[in-house]
Amino acid sequence: MIDQSFHYEGVTGHPRLPGRDIKFSINDVNVYYGPKHALKNVGLDIASREVTAFIGPSGCGKSTFLRSLNRMNDLIDGCRVEGQVLIEGEDIYAPEVDVVELRARVGMVFQKPNPFPKSIYENVAYGPRIHGIARSRDELDGIVQSSLERAGLWKEVRDRLDAPGTGLSGGQQQRLCIARAIAVSPEVILMDEPCSALDPIATAKVEELIDELSGNYTIIIVTHSMQQAARVSQRTAFFHLGYLIECEQTDVIFMNPQHPLTQGYITGRFG
Amino acid sequence: MPRNITDIVRAGLKKRYRAEARFRLYGITAILAALVLLFTLFVTIVSQGASAFVATELTLSVPVTAAVVDPEGTRAEATLSGANYRKLVLDALDAQFPDVQDRIERRKLHAIVSDGATYDLREKVMANPALIGTTVTLTTPVASDFDMLAKGQVDVSQPESLRRLNDRQIGWFNTLKERGLVSFGLDRNLFVNADSRQPELAGIFGALMGSLYTLLVTLALSFPMGVAAAVYLEEYAPRNRLTDIIEVNINNLAAVPSIVFGLLGLAIFLGFFGLPRSAPLVGGLVLSLMTLPTIIIAARVALQSVPPSIREAALGIGASKMQTVLHHVLPLALPGIMTGTIIGMARALGETAPLLMIGMVAFIADTPEGILSPSTVLPVQIYIWADSPERAFLERMSAAIIILLTFLVIMNTAAVWLRRKFERKW
Repeated sequence: MIDQSFHYEGVTGHPRLPGRDIKFSINDVNVYYGPKHALKNVGLDIASREVTAFIGPSGCGKSTFLRSLNRMNDLIDGCRVEGQVLIEGEDIYAPEVDVVELRARVGMVFQKPNPFPKSIYENVAYGPRIHGIARSRDELDGIVQSSLERAGLWKEVRDRLDAPGTGLSGGQQQRLCIARAIAVSPEVILMDEPCSALDPIATAKVEELIDELSGNYTIIIVTHSMQQAARVSQRTAFFHLGYLIECEQTDVIFMNPQHPLTQGYITGRFG
Repeated sequence: MPRNITDIVRAGLKKRYRAEARFRLYGITAILAALVLLFTLFVTIVSQGASAFVATELTLSVPVTAAVVDPEGTRAEATLSGANYRKLVLDALDAQFPDVQDRIERRKLHAIVSDGATYDLREKVMANPALIGTTVTLTTPVASDFDMLAKGQVDVSQPESLRRLNDRQIGWFNTLKERGLVSFGLDRNLFVNADSRQPELAGIFGALMGSLYTLLVTLALSFPMGVAAAVYLEEYAPRNRLTDIIEVNINNLAAVPSIVFGLLGLAIFLGFFGLPRSAPLVGGLVLSLMTLPTIIIAARVALQSVPPSIREAALGIGASKMQTVLHHVLPLALPGIMTGTIIGMARALGETAPLLMIGMVAFIADTPEGILSPSTVLPVQIYIWADSPERAFLERMSAAIIILLTFLVIMNTAAVWLRRKFERKW
């Protein structure tokens, strides 16, 4: 039996990636929801152009951590973030940072597919339009097409771009949301359990897509499925009770976990 | 040895089913009772008011003599307008009864024609001066007492002294009837006139326009203010003690009796700002105070029902707060806001008490021309007519009630239709 009340305080130190191209460098981040201390002294590096997976039991803080990377936590009343989150050396919590600009750089895909109740075209075109990315209708059409192509949805929807996005199947909706996110050419895509509402076939398609996208984007994915983490990610971070327990190459985490909690979780003894 | 569980369950089943049936019966009874009440209301109103849409009309051949209308032959507008058309009409009536010579008797006879006949004749002649010198066939409403008589609402068996019409008058009227000069037609006056001292000339158009202007002011003020307040409270305001107090007080405002808003309007809009009495502008201001909390509450509920995932989606691709609200949240909440607004407007349309306070209960015989002219509104017109002694005004009142209820039903149906049409499932 593993002692889950085990108190972790930086046992392995902040996992750094010397010599790599770093997208996010996170130092001693603490997140509070009112009196609740949800995330404790988390620090790690996230490399560019690869997939990092966050795993851990429910309530471990992985989604909270993900949302603190594009300041979606700002929307929650009583939420407070301390510490440093650097994106290419810039602190995203610095007062001079514009949240709108940050979120254009760091896109997000949510747990439940949430297309706008508008046409497929409008869903994808919305981001470029509000940021004024396209100068002409033709350019916008081009962005919409290439985004849908990269999301692997173009062939399925090209005849019905005016149909409502909400009329697609769950898996197609989620890929539409991914297309919508990449339409503004973000550097990072955060994915919060993107497949938890999808059936296995749709899940496989989205995973394939993540794999294809990883060459061009930094992807951070929160998942409940360890198989999914193993399939899609190059690095995996394991969270437990608000602490980052271990962050390593995915194959190392799954083959040779260092920490007894990680071992217990991946072998299914708790979680 | 305990009994078999299945037996225990089975033993209690009958009782459960009986309770279930009783429970359903209560619901059905309640619905039936409500339907019976509603049905009674409609039947009563329609049966009493339907006859007001019909007017008793008298057809007279009126010789339009040049000597009376335009003795100098100038055809000047002032001359034509000021001519004594009443004399022409009464002469035509006298011609039907050459044996009535006594002055007092003649006056009794003349009571049959309404003043409306004079106006109608003037209108005809002024529109077409070529009629001068010819004989015009004039079909106009009779005076309201005779209208009631024709509709069988005068008890002829009563002693003469208790009736507004004496036996001679009834006799003359019956003679006209026998000669085929009395007919029934759609009551035009009811739809095109404002209030009048003569019931047969009184109409609801003035009150209808007054209601329209008042509601326009109400809508123009309370809709944007209500939506803006709701958007701020739902999307921007932090949840703290201050916003809690605001929320509680919006609900309090919704519960304030409407007459109090009327008194407030009297003190502030009329007393302090010196706005004109009886004006739809002031009526609209007062009704806005009353409608505002309804719209705010409806709009907040509608905004709350927009799933947070839509806001997250928009914010997640870098939309600003305002873009999120204007592009996504508000359009999705709009059907709900519209429904609440229409229901608030319907309530404002039926509101009487606060408008009495600001003088919209005055007798106003002109159709209002704008939000500053004195006017009354439909429910107040009903109140005024209900207060009148003439039987014919009560008939008008029932007609006005039917028209008001028709508007209310149309508005509520529109609200339900909007909700159905734009209802969205996520």
